[in-house]
Amino acid sequence: MSAAVEMLFSAIPAHSNLARHFYASALIFVSLILALPLFAVISSFLIPAPDIWQHLLDTVLKEYILNSLILMLGVGSLTLVLGIVPAWLVTMCHFPLSRTLEWALLLPLAIPAYIIAYTYTGILDASGPVQLFIRELTGWQYGEYVFPEVRSIGGAITMLSFVLYPYIYLISRAAFIEQSICALEVARTLGCGPYKTFFRVALPLARPAIIVGLSLVLMETLADYGTVQYFGIATFTTGIFRTWFGLGSSAAAAQLSALLMLFIVVLIYLEYWSRKQQRYYHTSNRYSSLTQKKLRGRYAYFAFIFCVLPVLMGFLIPVFFLIKWALLTYQKVINQQFINLMLNSIVLAACAAVVATVLALFMAYGKRRMSGPLIRIAVNLSGMGYAIPGTVIAVGVMLPFAWLDKLIDGFFRAHFDYSTGLLLSGTLVALMFAYMARFLAVSLKTVDAGLAKIKPSMDEAGRSIGLNASALVRKVHMPMMRGSLLTAVLLVFVDVLKELPATLILRPFNFNTLAIRAYELANEERLADAACPSLAIVLIAIIPVIYLSRSISMSRPGHDYSP
Amino acid sequence: MTTALELKNISVAFDRLKIIDAITFALREGDIGCLLGPSGCGKTTLLRTIAGFETPFEGEVWIRGVRVSDNKHLVPVEQRQVGMVFQDYALFPHMTVKQNIAFGLQDFKGHLREVRISELVELLEIGEFLHKYPHRLSGGQQQRVALARAIASRPRILLLDEPFASMDITLREQLAKDVRNILKQDGITAVLVSHNQFEAFAMADIVGVINEGRLLQWDTAFNLYHRPATSYVADFIGEGVFLSGSVTGDREVHTELGVITGAMPLGLEQGTTVAVLIRPDDIIHDDMSELTARVTDKAFRGAEFLYTLALENGTRVLSLVPSHHNHPVNEDIGIRLEIDHLVVFPVR
Repeated sequence: MSAAVEMLFSAIPAHSNLARHFYASALIFVSLILALPLFAVISSFLIPAPDIWQHLLDTVLKEYILNSLILMLGVGSLTLVLGIVPAWLVTMCHFPLSRTLEWALLLPLAIPAYIIAYTYTGILDASGPVQLFIRELTGWQYGEYVFPEVRSIGGAITMLSFVLYPYIYLISRAAFIEQSICALEVARTLGCGPYKTFFRVALPLARPAIIVGLSLVLMETLADYGTVQYFGIATFTTGIFRTWFGLGSSAAAAQLSALLMLFIVVLIYLEYWSRKQQRYYHTSNRYSSLTQKKLRGRYAYFAFIFCVLPVLMGFLIPVFFLIKWALLTYQKVINQQFINLMLNSIVLAACAAVVATVLALFMAYGKRRMSGPLIRIAVNLSGMGYAIPGTVIAVGVMLPFAWLDKLIDGFFRAHFDYSTGLLLSGTLVALMFAYMARFLAVSLKTVDAGLAKIKPSMDEAGRSIGLNASALVRKVHMPMMRGSLLTAVLLVFVDVLKELPATLILRPFNFNTLAIRAYELANEERLADAACPSLAIVLIAIIPVIYLSRSISMSRPGHDYSP
Repeated sequence: MTTALELKNISVAFDRLKIIDAITFALREGDIGCLLGPSGCGKTTLLRTIAGFETPFEGEVWIRGVRVSDNKHLVPVEQRQVGMVFQDYALFPHMTVKQNIAFGLQDFKGHLREVRISELVELLEIGEFLHKYPHRLSGGQQQRVALARAIASRPRILLLDEPFASMDITLREQLAKDVRNILKQDGITAVLVSHNQFEAFAMADIVGVINEGRLLQWDTAFNLYHRPATSYVADFIGEGVFLSGSVTGDREVHTELGVITGAMPLGLEQGTTVAVLIRPDDIIHDDMSELTARVTDKAFRGAEFLYTLALENGTRVLSLVPSHHNHPVNEDIGIRLEIDHLVVFPVR
């Protein structure tokens, strides 16, 4: 990676306009290419598909919209409660295991929504251990008692909430800590008790940050395919699948995608707006140590219950059953095919991670060394992918690739009387491209943050004591960037590993990954067999979560933090 | 006059580390006190103990005849009616200036609240930005708002934690005087924490010098400078050097600068080795004097030069000389001593 950084750094000599223009053009070109799926989806309205649309309007469109709204409302409110309350409790109070819970509350991040959905279905359906236990205890037969159906919209809301609340937790906890204890203390000197302080000062102050978290949660909710598909809920993502593969209309599928993007655009704007607000809500750069209130008796008990519940439901219980089922089935499931599956997944994710990080370096250095609105727009455009659902990206990749294939095929047929067939569609190239379009944002954000720590004055200081570009990169940039680069690689790696819908649509024929295998087994109702690939995903996905947790438990400003 | 605030033998510890060690003082109603000391001396902890954010493990805090802290009972902060101004002001960024001020006036009924706000607007001259948000205000304006919010509900005592630390150095002394005038107009008893003695002198009626958790002297600025109780206070307040000398009589000390006479409060025996505090204004430049010293350094201070002078045996002293006496470094100049009262500390 050092060589890449060095190249990028010295690629823009301060006085060479040619090199500068070349770099800028390359940067803009790459960002346009990566935005291709988005353009393809939006421009799909140019191709009319009136019959299908009439059909969709008459039948399912209303349902898609309504279900998506219900999901957003449900997941939104549940994650707010599950995220904010524990964040406040662990920040401000001391109760049994509060230090452990502070990082443990992040653990559900490691579990993709579809895996928790499969697991809870296995636990709660008619033949699962819970209902079995009820029947054994009471002697009732199946159907003689009322048991909530997990495969419902309520179930989907619960599943998504238990894995998505950490976004809110993470961001509101950071906001509460950042508020500087002074704002809270001032409220107390002005006569507010703890509850009033929370509702009148702490919560309003954290609101912009919480809205940022909420918009991310809602984006993930809209992007979810695995859970709603498994639970049979008609939403945009399942609708796009159905329209494309069931009704065979790629144009209508793309138009549905574009409609979904309207929702997303609102969320992107909400996030952007709240981030801007956050600047004004900054209270202090000064941190005095937090004096945590020691909770006793039933207060401590309630606080503990409230904080342990999300961890239990979102992580411990599903992982317990995944391990249990994996132990039951591993002899049957783990064979040469499974090892190939793992290798596929790991190699694919690793390649995507490295490429995404190199691209992110390219973009971030470009932004650092060159200014101007074009560069800024180009880089921001490349950072948009995180908001776009995998399903939409997949549709957006399929369309231009198919068009390109057709073009190449036509050219070869006309001139060489030879059919090239599908050259790019359905290859790993298409898949990799989709990953870049979706996950470059992740690496870009991390690399950008790492690069921002290296102030231009450090470059100048280095130069002034006689370091040339290469020495500067080796001695200043690399040591300071190493952590960010590693994080970027790790985050993209895990995201690709967990990704389901885009992989499902774009993978080459017969190419399987852990996520796909878990999806297939679950859809064949072999939930216990799905445990092994699911557990493998969770075990890998937990690495960055632990990494994050560690930095969290160490990075409390004004507490035990040494920069 | 009644006592507004009284600390009796207060000790505070964090993780068994003593931060505040048996501090006792009292502040009269309407007075402004200052806790002065270097950073890390415990002055802020002491202020927070008065506010009720920290619990003493020993001693008592009394506010207007009510015991608010001891090692068993602690009146919660929100019930103490103390106003507090924080170093970074801690204005609520989601509220306008008026809402910030009204935040502390929850117990005031509608009409009374408006009346009080307009009083504060007049007192602090904050009318022109009453409806703006804090992030649009300058540092000085923010500070006035923070002060208005803290005194709005007429607290029993006002606490200020380094209120001028974020201010431009050139503004600090003037601001300190302004704030003092406002507090005096409103008859507010206040305690401020500072590490800057000029700020402390400009604002406070009475100053306590704190070092390593101990209150070394609780006195007027004049006495801190001219009658320091310990050598630390002598060194911390103002400029000066210690000359070593030996006691030769009741009112006499023999030093390198000759015999110095003056009142010596301590009943020291003859022959005791002592350190004598020599302030820059104790050494007068006098061309007629037989005693000379060599200029080793000089600092221009506008009206005066602060000369560093080397005596014959190499000891250095400071002398403040009107700046039309411009002498180059290495020149020998005549000096004489002019000391009203001796400040001596026995050398241990």
